[in-house]
Amino acid sequence: MSIDQATIDAHGFSPEEYQRLLEILGREPTITELGIFSVMWSEHCSYKSSRLHLRRFPTDGPRVVQGPGENAGAVDIGDGITAVFKIESHNHPSFIEPYQGAATGVGGIIRDIFTMGARPIALLNSLRFGEIDNPATRRLVDGVVAGIAGYGNSIGIPTVGGEIAFEPAYAGNPLVNVFCLGVAKADALAMGVASGAGNPVYYVGAKTGRDGIHGATMASAEFDEHSADKRPAVQVGDPFMEKLLLEACLEVMRTDALVGIQDMGAAGLTCSTSEMGARGDAGIEIDVALVPQRETGMTPYEIMLSESQERMLLVAQRGREAEVEQVFEKWDLHAVRIGEVTGDGLLRIRDQGQVVAEIPNRPLADRAPLYDRPTTRPAYLDDANHLDLATLSPPADPRRIWLDLLGTPAVASKRWVYRQYDHMVRTNTVVLPGMGAGVVRVKGTERALVFSLDGNGRHCFLDPAEGGRLAVAEAARNVACAGAVPIGATNCLNFGNPERSEIMWQFSQAVDGIAEACRALDVPITGGNVSLYNETDGQAIYPTPVLGVVGVLDDVTHVLTRVFPEPDLEIVLLGEPAGGLGGSEYLKQAHSLVRGTPAPVDLDRERALQALLVDAARGRWIRSAHDGSDGGLAVTLAECCVESGAVGAQVDLPGSVEMDERFGVVQALFGEAPSRVVVSVATGQRERLLSGARERSIPAVVIGRTGGDRIRLAVAGEQVADIGLDEAEQVWGQGLTRHFEAVASKEA
Amino acid sequence: MKFAVIEFPGSNCDHDAYHATKHVLGQQAEFVWHKETDLRGADVVVLPGGFSYGDYLRTGAIARFSPVMGRVCEFAHAGGPVIGICNGFQVLLEVGLLKGALLRNNRLKFLCEHIHVRVEQTDTPFTSGAVAGQVLTLPIAHGEGNFYASPETLAALEANRQVVFRYCAEDGAQSDAANPNGSAHAIAGVCNVGRNVVGLMPHPERACESMLGSADGRVVLESVISTLAATGAA
Repeated sequence: MSIDQATIDAHGFSPEEYQRLLEILGREPTITELGIFSVMWSEHCSYKSSRLHLRRFPTDGPRVVQGPGENAGAVDIGDGITAVFKIESHNHPSFIEPYQGAATGVGGIIRDIFTMGARPIALLNSLRFGEIDNPATRRLVDGVVAGIAGYGNSIGIPTVGGEIAFEPAYAGNPLVNVFCLGVAKADALAMGVASGAGNPVYYVGAKTGRDGIHGATMASAEFDEHSADKRPAVQVGDPFMEKLLLEACLEVMRTDALVGIQDMGAAGLTCSTSEMGARGDAGIEIDVALVPQRETGMTPYEIMLSESQERMLLVAQRGREAEVEQVFEKWDLHAVRIGEVTGDGLLRIRDQGQVVAEIPNRPLADRAPLYDRPTTRPAYLDDANHLDLATLSPPADPRRIWLDLLGTPAVASKRWVYRQYDHMVRTNTVVLPGMGAGVVRVKGTERALVFSLDGNGRHCFLDPAEGGRLAVAEAARNVACAGAVPIGATNCLNFGNPERSEIMWQFSQAVDGIAEACRALDVPITGGNVSLYNETDGQAIYPTPVLGVVGVLDDVTHVLTRVFPEPDLEIVLLGEPAGGLGGSEYLKQAHSLVRGTPAPVDLDRERALQALLVDAARGRWIRSAHDGSDGGLAVTLAECCVESGAVGAQVDLPGSVEMDERFGVVQALFGEAPSRVVVSVATGQRERLLSGARERSIPAVVIGRTGGDRIRLAVAGEQVADIGLDEAEQVWGQGLTRHFEAVASKEA
Repeated sequence: MKFAVIEFPGSNCDHDAYHATKHVLGQQAEFVWHKETDLRGADVVVLPGGFSYGDYLRTGAIARFSPVMGRVCEFAHAGGPVIGICNGFQVLLEVGLLKGALLRNNRLKFLCEHIHVRVEQTDTPFTSGAVAGQVLTLPIAHGEGNFYASPETLAALEANRQVVFRYCAEDGAQSDAANPNGSAHAIAGVCNVGRNVVGLMPHPERACESMLGSADGRVVLESVISTLAATGAA
């Protein structure tokens, strides 16, 4: 049967792409082949709009064990152990069905990690929603948080932190990015590769259903008839099944009877078979009739494109089938042999013996479309970058603004969220959520892994290149604030429609910024994810790259958190006192403006600062360290006091010659700038810290002392604001909770 | 001293219990897979937390039928010390070794945080090293920890001094605010009439190293070690 033009169009092929398909096959495709090409060449699987740009990332370094291209990246952390990590988005599914969308996102990223042979030990997430007082937001937040909790808690991997922000730009397109970290013995990494003709190909895990088949609009007659109306749009997660898969897969990897393994994520069987074959330069032949199915009457097309969750594809050594099967039996799973590796380089799909697709593997992967899409600097920037303080009135009462900022969702305690996550299971969580970067010890060593996710859509909206640099710098700085050396990165690039040149410009700029900062700070990108088309009715999200940086703390007892540990310690500001107001939380909160340009990062200074922090932690010169971020130093200092066990502070912030006459105090209190950290100094260690800073040309000044039951702030000797610790705890503690608990009590 | 850590499909605190008993407290510990029927000469049985069988039916409802549970019951009936933590507590309730039930938390959400419990009874093998009224800081991590029992059962539990742990404030005082999940009588843990079987929602095994925020859970595991040492059982 010939494929008609409507079917080709419905599968999203451009005429050039279809021509290329014909060249590769040398004939017309079957409907199954069309489906396979369609998903493999989709934006999601082929990265056709972004691949060209992603090449600019630094991906190599002495510690990199596995760069991009595998299921996850890996870096060497010493003692013969590698850290395996990756971030991924599940934005679109989470908008349609928040609980399952988020849950299956967590399930997917966990599979990516254990597929590499690593035991997953920690999860983080980065979430973006519309304005918090929008009722639709609350429903989404409730569902997404419950979905992340439902999956992570059940499978027993702690969710140890993350970030959450609320901006109108995300109202129609929330972002759900999830990060997973695992550890593996350096010599035990598994790969998603199929090789060795005659080796058996196994299918393990949940049965295949019609869930998550993309392009449900496909318009072939046989399609409508059989299934078009039956396809549920959302996949459903089963963390229990995944727990069994996790344990069984890790156990089977220890037998060395395994050649390769890959999870069936996006594009399910299609992606796993063709990618494993392409990596191993081999062919794979399977019979879809052997695939365990939970629905009747599924076509080969549907089986190949299903995105049912919790499924794995394995290639085992021929002759060792029994060993592999026994391990899965122990876990009440059945490894089903569905085919074998071949030497002909073809992806051959049979249905009860009859060939329904036969595609050369390498060209399917290697000749995927690649676009250099046009870029244009967006017109909005000229206006948005223009910030004229003369048109604004400085606040009459800085204290009021300070409290407002402490209670704003971006700043306030995220306890309402993280207490729903089991963040302590596996007994490695050294730093509880909300106290700084995620820190998990690595049992059997003295070390800990430290990691942080950061990204600021407002910054990227105003200057995507700078926003990219700032995101890398902040994530790495958060890792360094815990005392760890940043050694690797992953990123999730969330943008709008790449076919719009303004969006593509944002993307390209952000990539440039990220690449530059990763190079400067020595954190190669080892993998990640791109999520495009995050827009509704032509309204794109803020360009939002989320950076995950992973670091190593050689001695876990050196770990630092944000809080002042006790009274009577000197407080030192590392970095420039003056901050900018462009794109700041202050401007949003006090003037409802997203304007200006974010203060730029000096990457040499940043690198030096992070090195100083690591030395200061190692030398025990400092007792706490907290990155100055949203809300400026006033907020940073308050964050050093809340949850500290009632340690207040008295601080005098230096004035600056660059201070605006009217906004000087505001800039000192609420201005934002990178490369700034507030530390409390160990008794008797001030001079070592200050001379360490001098050697690295980092401004450092004693700004006050810890203690008392208030937080008192002066600027250039003049007292400007003062709040009681109780009030600060109350406002900060309730800032997020009050929006959600109010709803809960109404429902109850 | 040898601890058997029972593993059900879906157990996820099994490694935590193993780590605490073996590496922190220096005892022998072994995993016992739920399909086994041999406790391998263990002196203490630990039913760890997690989501046995996914808990799709009712928490702990299927785990009770695991082959190993028959052996665990025999062990308990013979007076052997058994502790069920979180999901393990739920399994002990389902199998009938303990009385009561656990409902969804009264605020309906999963809760993970450090809370305080008061040790109410010190004549169980798991609390013998504690002082009556001692307040422990322990983590909880559950969505269904709201202890429920009929008024008669509650009265009997109280009368027989079977309430071993009660939620409280840092100073030991009881209040609704200090009861995280709405448990009847603020019950966090109970024992059987024979006092050798203890179940509790908080996780003592997660609180054995101060690096993790609290080491107050050690007293629970250390108690059973010294109890058995004193009786010469191991």
